[in-house]
Amino acid sequence: MSQADADIGGEPMTLEQWLEDARMDAFRRRLPELAELLEGLAKATAALREADWNDDASGRNERDEEPK
Amino acid sequence: VIADQQTITELAPRIARGEVRSETITEKALERIAQLNAELNAFITVTADHALAAARQADKEIAAGRCRGPLHGIPVSLKDLIDMDGVPTTAASRLRADHVARRDARVTTRLREAGAVIVGKTNLHEFAFGTTTEDSGWGAARNPFDPSRSAGGSSSGSAIAVKTGMSIASVGTDTGGSIRIPSAACGVVGLKPEWEEISSEGVVPLSRQLDHVGPIAQSVEDAAIMFDVMRGEPAAALDAKPLLGTRLAILGGYFFDRIDEDVEANVLAAVDRLRSLGASISTVTLSHAASIAPVYLHLVLADAAAYHATTLGERPAAYTSNVRLRLEMGRYILAEDYVRALRGRAVLAAEVDRVLDGVEALLLPALAIPAPPLGASAVPVKGGEEPVRNAMLRCTQPFNLSGHPAISLPCGNTPSRLPVGLQLAGRRGGTRDLLQLARSVEAALAPQA
Repeated sequence: MSQADADIGGEPMTLEQWLEDARMDAFRRRLPELAELLEGLAKATAALREADWNDDASGRNERDEEPK
Repeated sequence: VIADQQTITELAPRIARGEVRSETITEKALERIAQLNAELNAFITVTADHALAAARQADKEIAAGRCRGPLHGIPVSLKDLIDMDGVPTTAASRLRADHVARRDARVTTRLREAGAVIVGKTNLHEFAFGTTTEDSGWGAARNPFDPSRSAGGSSSGSAIAVKTGMSIASVGTDTGGSIRIPSAACGVVGLKPEWEEISSEGVVPLSRQLDHVGPIAQSVEDAAIMFDVMRGEPAAALDAKPLLGTRLAILGGYFFDRIDEDVEANVLAAVDRLRSLGASISTVTLSHAASIAPVYLHLVLADAAAYHATTLGERPAAYTSNVRLRLEMGRYILAEDYVRALRGRAVLAAEVDRVLDGVEALLLPALAIPAPPLGASAVPVKGGEEPVRNAMLRCTQPFNLSGHPAISLPCGNTPSRLPVGLQLAGRRGGTRDLLQLARSVEAALAPQA
């Protein structure tokens, strides 16, 4: 097996999991109002991640013009 | 509360000729503060002794033939996140109640060198992190047109002071609209210059990459005088730019989608008036306009969280709860999302450059709603309801992200007699061109006698 094929296991890091972890941390810190605000932030983050200027390592979303 | 105030442009030649004394004008401003501040809460600190001494000194120098220019002897105020040597800079936070500035901010030095008389430090949303000034360690600032309503924010105290004659002009800061929003809500002129055109040295930051320092004044000419002095240039006369043949563009789409109908009617009536005077007006849109708020949010939250990280750990109870929660939210933003937002900022800035290609300025509302009631969390807009914060920032944020100069000037009133602001955004390197155009627009929109 080549080095590139090595699988070290693990789960993907998703926005949903980030939100769950962040909310739990807010409750742990006894800031329940913060947990509510984090849901709004997660929506904004989802929109940010969906924007068409984002590229990725696969090269699928390469733009003709790079922002400076 | 609202009265016609004299402008710098009107007062300066009379002061220079010795017909009016700075001490008299300064006393009048201090009297207005004494009369109105308990109700409107525009000032956190009043520097009466300093102001009267500076005014007497100005009168002496002018009498001796040493007039320094149009700001000499003029009472001005500073948003209370701008340092003035020996005076607290509270940033409207109890966290900084014991702070005393050890030197002037660069902009304060420039105003003092021009002979301006500083009458005090004005109220703001705590650490400039909000648009209503409900969250201030010194209590909410109130709108002079209707004290049950917000005066906008974050530079609300400055806009109130200028509208009511507590100071003739003021200095504010604008990270997402904090000069233009209160200027629109209070019926005065507010200029956000191009980014870094005026030094922010000695100014408490919210987001250093988005913060802009600029003037709030009663007229475009006054704003130009303040702008020149604040950037370290001699105040120069401001010619009006003829509207005939001037090419302008309405920045449409997103900026008119979720807007109060009375605000929209006033802005469109202003556009018609400019068209009737010979301006050629097209309509343009930003293809990534829907991304403005998410990009802005990720930058400002993370930048502010970094600045406040130590004090959030040490003295969290010293913050107002809403501002503390917003700062805490910034600590959860991932670096990868911050980088996406930086990239989005560059995309949006390039789009603003593109829509300005071939036109002198963009036209859009400064504030999508009239001044909202204090305590409101949502407001009615075309097509439903909108959270107050979203509605207030909607039209101003793009030019903080892009850095282009933008100005708000009064363009009528709603049926409830609340002011509406028209925003003009100009090209990079063209703040004075924008001011010249704004002067013509102001004259075109002035109520006919």
